[in-house]
Amino acid sequence: MNRLSAEDVTLAYDQRVIAEQLSVEIPDNSFTVIVGPNACGKSTLLRALSRMLKPQRGRVLLDGQAIQSMPAKKVARTLGLLPQSSIAPDGITVGDLVGRGRYPHQGLLRQWSTEDERVVRESMTSTGVAELADRYVDELSGGQRQRVWIAMALAQQTPLLLLDEPTTFLDIQHQIDVLDLCAELHEEQGRTLVAVLHDLNHAARYATHLIALRDGSVIAEGAPADIVTAGLVEEVFGLRCQVIDDPETGTPLVVPAARKARTAPGPGSGSGSGGRVRAAS
Amino acid sequence: MKALRNQAEHEQVVPARRFRGRTLRTGGGGLSVRVDVRAFTVVALLLVAALTASVVLIGTGDFPIPAADVLRTLLGNGDAGQEFIVNELRLPRVLVGLLVGAALGLGGALFQAISRNPLGSPDVLGLGQGSTAGALVMIVLFSGSATQVTVGALVGGLVTGLAIYALAWKRGVHGYRLVLVGIGVSAIVTAVNGYLITKADLVDAARAIVWMTGSLNGRDWSQVWPLLGLCAVLVPLVLGNARALRMLEMGDDVAYALGVRVERTRLLLMVAAVLLTASATAAAGPVGFVALTAPQLARRLTRSPGPNLVPAMCMGATLLVVADWASQRAFGADQLPVGVVTGVLGGVYLLWLLVTERKAGRI
Repeated sequence: MNRLSAEDVTLAYDQRVIAEQLSVEIPDNSFTVIVGPNACGKSTLLRALSRMLKPQRGRVLLDGQAIQSMPAKKVARTLGLLPQSSIAPDGITVGDLVGRGRYPHQGLLRQWSTEDERVVRESMTSTGVAELADRYVDELSGGQRQRVWIAMALAQQTPLLLLDEPTTFLDIQHQIDVLDLCAELHEEQGRTLVAVLHDLNHAARYATHLIALRDGSVIAEGAPADIVTAGLVEEVFGLRCQVIDDPETGTPLVVPAARKARTAPGPGSGSGSGGRVRAAS
Repeated sequence: MKALRNQAEHEQVVPARRFRGRTLRTGGGGLSVRVDVRAFTVVALLLVAALTASVVLIGTGDFPIPAADVLRTLLGNGDAGQEFIVNELRLPRVLVGLLVGAALGLGGALFQAISRNPLGSPDVLGLGQGSTAGALVMIVLFSGSATQVTVGALVGGLVTGLAIYALAWKRGVHGYRLVLVGIGVSAIVTAVNGYLITKADLVDAARAIVWMTGSLNGRDWSQVWPLLGLCAVLVPLVLGNARALRMLEMGDDVAYALGVRVERTRLLLMVAAVLLTASATAAAGPVGFVALTAPQLARRLTRSPGPNLVPAMCMGATLLVVADWASQRAFGADQLPVGVVTGVLGGVYLLWLLVTERKAGRI
């Protein structure tokens, strides 16, 4: 049995239901990526998996226990989360911020052990921010800052790590940078990673397990090479495309169809809108 | 010896600023406490300043007493006349000042940390006005005794605090909503207070106005004990949750992820902050600006991120006693209520800091 799973959960914000009877298994030791169009419920699912959103029905299981009924600090020692929104306090240094990741391991009398110090150092080294340790977080670039937050999540030393859109707002180089780092954490440190990503090609390249969501339901899940097809992309995203082999990695590469091919037949498709039909609708 | 050398090499690789503060550990590692040296120094200096100001303040008045005599009397070796003046008349006033300042400083720091906004302090949120409303109801409608006025102020502050919390509640209290709701509530209660004053006769109105400025005049031991008791319970409770509050600074999501029980911690600390502010206001009236400035000043002195709870508390106590001394010194005892001075002193200092920070390009 896998360590983390959702069983028939109904997820809703007040009255607005995002997903009903959704069941998801996160395979142990996988790099699972959740993809889907905007508002399909992927971030909501991640919030439920990290116990920030309480399911209205069903339950999220962590090591066979309902996550909502477990002690907060115990969960935080097993499952880490890099949320979308985080605030770096004014005037905090990188070292201090990463150090705060040790919170679930600390207590009133055990505030900063040698173990804490060692783990924080390791986390900064493996995310490449060790030399930034003395810098103020507000001075850093977006890419550096994201690495620092990841370092903080690593310092939590959890076997499971959830990341909510870790590449948003980063330029392409830093996106790849962060994803490489995730792959490293997965391959070298054996952590189970679950990430929500927008970019399907990044997902297909880095994930070992892909979950495609639409309207709060799982449309397909499995290894990217097995499930990413033109048909799936059209079903999930409503986009006509070709799927070819990535020349670098051999993983599926989604190439959207040209605009002309996506618009309906009819002369002068560029001029009038009357004859246009969206390929997917 | 080898360990020492390793330690030294370690220090070379890792500059001092990397991890804030010094760590005190027991051999087995069972106990490890972190002390921020700069914050610790700031707290020590503020305590010295507060105590010095207290001694000077006790010596100030129509019957001046030299500092040495004040100290001797406090230690129980003074003559009978001085003992009466020091222990019965002036010491309780100073103690009320210290406690009120500490409670306001701590309450302000809590509110600002919870709302993640320096404007989210009790002055702006209308807790002072709420306490005033409670006090005015007692003074104007019931011509109540001093004790009744105190109770009224306490109840007024608590009700206002609860109202703000209830109105700002929507899947958790958030900074801006808390500030905006607080400003709204503050405006309403201010209007109610204005109405109450117009209904009052001249004697009650004069009493109400004095109360509303915030004064330590005529405070005695009966004000000290309840305040001290409350602080004795609330301060350890708050400090026990200080680390969770520090995690909350980084946003609810991060705090959740780190294993903080976000709503529980926030509710607990809000209630503590409301109690501290309301009881301080009940004891001395709505002394302006201390809750707003003390945490900001403390933060600039410690240069430490985080809520700076203990420094803010000490800063509040120092600020209030110094302000009380300044008001007596400049205008004679009981002439100028301390609330006026805290407003002027605190406001000017804050403005000065903002200007210098701006010049330094930090804001």
